[in-house]
Amino acid sequence: MQPVRAVSGKAYPWGAKNVDTDVIIPAHWLKTITRASLGRGAFQTVRAQPGNIFDDPAYAGSPILIAGDNFGCGSSREHAAWALGDMGIKAVIAPSFSDIFSGNAFKNGIVPVVLPQEAVDRLIEVAQGSNGSDEITIDLETMTVTTPFQDRFTFTLDAFRRQCLMEGLDEVGLTLARDTAISNYEAMLDQHRPWIAGESNARTVVEGAGRT
Amino acid sequence: MASRPLTLYEKVWAAHVVERRDDGTCLIYIDRHLVHEVTSPQAFEGLRAAGRRVRRPDLTLAVPDHNLPTTPRVDADGRELPIADKESATQLSALRQNVAEFGVPYIDALAAEQGIVHVVGPEQGFTLPGTTVVCGDSHTSAHGALGALAFGIGTSEVEHVLATQTLLLSPSKTMEVRVEGNLGFGVTPKDVILAIIGRIGAAGGTGYVIEYTGNVIREMSIEGRLTVANMSIEAGARAGMIAPDDTTFAYIKDRPMAPKGADWDKAVAWWRTLATDPGAAYDRTVVIDAAEISPALTWGTSPEDVVSITGTVPEPDSFSDASKREAAKKSLEYMGLTPGTRLQDVPVQHVFIGSCTNSRIEDLRAAAAVAEGRRVADGVRAMVVPGSGLVKRQAEAEGLDRIFTTAGFEWREPGCSMCLAMNPDKVPPGERCASTSNRNFVGRQGPGARTHLLSPAMAAAAAVTGHLADVRELMR
Repeated sequence: MQPVRAVSGKAYPWGAKNVDTDVIIPAHWLKTITRASLGRGAFQTVRAQPGNIFDDPAYAGSPILIAGDNFGCGSSREHAAWALGDMGIKAVIAPSFSDIFSGNAFKNGIVPVVLPQEAVDRLIEVAQGSNGSDEITIDLETMTVTTPFQDRFTFTLDAFRRQCLMEGLDEVGLTLARDTAISNYEAMLDQHRPWIAGESNARTVVEGAGRT
Repeated sequence: MASRPLTLYEKVWAAHVVERRDDGTCLIYIDRHLVHEVTSPQAFEGLRAAGRRVRRPDLTLAVPDHNLPTTPRVDADGRELPIADKESATQLSALRQNVAEFGVPYIDALAAEQGIVHVVGPEQGFTLPGTTVVCGDSHTSAHGALGALAFGIGTSEVEHVLATQTLLLSPSKTMEVRVEGNLGFGVTPKDVILAIIGRIGAAGGTGYVIEYTGNVIREMSIEGRLTVANMSIEAGARAGMIAPDDTTFAYIKDRPMAPKGADWDKAVAWWRTLATDPGAAYDRTVVIDAAEISPALTWGTSPEDVVSITGTVPEPDSFSDASKREAAKKSLEYMGLTPGTRLQDVPVQHVFIGSCTNSRIEDLRAAAAVAEGRRVADGVRAMVVPGSGLVKRQAEAEGLDRIFTTAGFEWREPGCSMCLAMNPDKVPPGERCASTSNRNFVGRQGPGARTHLLSPAMAAAAAVTGHLADVRELMR
């Protein structure tokens, strides 16, 4: 993953609440076996409406999306993060995020920035100004969001997730390095909760025998 | 010093900490990993690219469900029928190849045991109390009904669990949702969870793990508890748990993958220690009076838009929050509803009985009890989709399939079906569906589809009357 230290640029001043992952990417786009090219399906139902924000030339190519409460609620589909990434979004600013979406965003180099509603409202105002030409800057080093108008909002990020973002770390690789601890845990498990390990499960390969 | 009283969640969490980091993040061991065709191909591809293996295939179980058409899968000679949608066929064959390559236990689309992952896990005894259960699907919260800490994960996390059998997580806050009192006539577990979501809101549980308590939950069957825990995510809670008890143990005993012999006794003894200690503190408690819950349904495009079947379509201006007023206006426009309309006057064109929320045997019995001796109304297409091949077989043994087909319902093969519009079962644009599924989002059941979430009995009532209906009037 590419390190992310700051995101700077125009923003989609959307502000919609409870944006679910079916809205971010409808399910029929999930029939893919790769992560690529999902931007084409991003916000399909929103884009079907005339005058929608995503097809407004003033905001085209913005790396920041500003939304309302509970962004990314619903399905666990990481395709939502892949779709946002593919359409060039590198950060989402909202008063709150669904837990699952937030995790998916981090793992794909998209910064979920939580700010109070008043700050979100102000940033929407800034993003709408001058047809969206005013840049908003999200700095992960100082954990601030700033505008050319001296606005300065601070936010927090989980320390480990921030580090992974800023250094572009491979989380699977990091955890594999903890192999001894995991193996020790498994030894404890075999002793104290022997029913967890699945010798019987391992044999339960149920091939298609046909329905009767 | 006596140890602090702990909640069910805190006990299960503590039993799975491999390592605690200085910042409070924990490496958590995963006991059970369910895999399906939609959210796993990119995870297996990631393993392949990095030359990694699946650490514990024995703790993993793969089942196809989302994409599968619910039409017959074999021809008259028992030969597998091809899947018309090329992308779906590719994804399903990718799962077959991946489980073979990585040695993952697999229930094939043609096996009688196939079904929706969240029906199959409990049914096979794969899901157990006090385990951590994950799946690349947000309705994994369902497994919490058995006292597991169960939650949905994204595909990067699927890859992480396949490779390491762990996840890096921060502890959640705890919320007790206590449902006490007596449920009224015709009120089902689906009405209970809809009432809960209506009360705390679609984001009310964000950052929390819910524990459902109170006599109403304790008196529920496992099927009912699965319905409740399943929709925890619709209140924003990644997981919902119910303390394991004798009802739980009786349900699990002798299931194919459940512990046997001495392991069983040892397991039950440990499971009995998991219930929340007296005096344990939750970060938030919500108490709901069972008597106030009525047969319910959703009117809008968020699962929090809950109303009693005796109610009317709400007036957007009745909401105090400005953004909710705006959202309600948009929802009603999408739903094609006028404020003030009696819900029972709203006609439906589709009825869907199925999904990981309501496709178990008790759900089908409840729907069949309403359908028996009646006919699906003209102009309504009604389908029943059992949650698994074993549920289907059981229902057929009880004659439920005959009740449904005689009444004019379609009786189909197991799968996710019309819950999510990624297989051929879809609601056409502008048409209205009474659905036992879990999400009424814009476009969820197909582009432009209008969804009302409700219980299996209420869905059957809508099918036979042709409009949203108070099932109590058909039960008397």
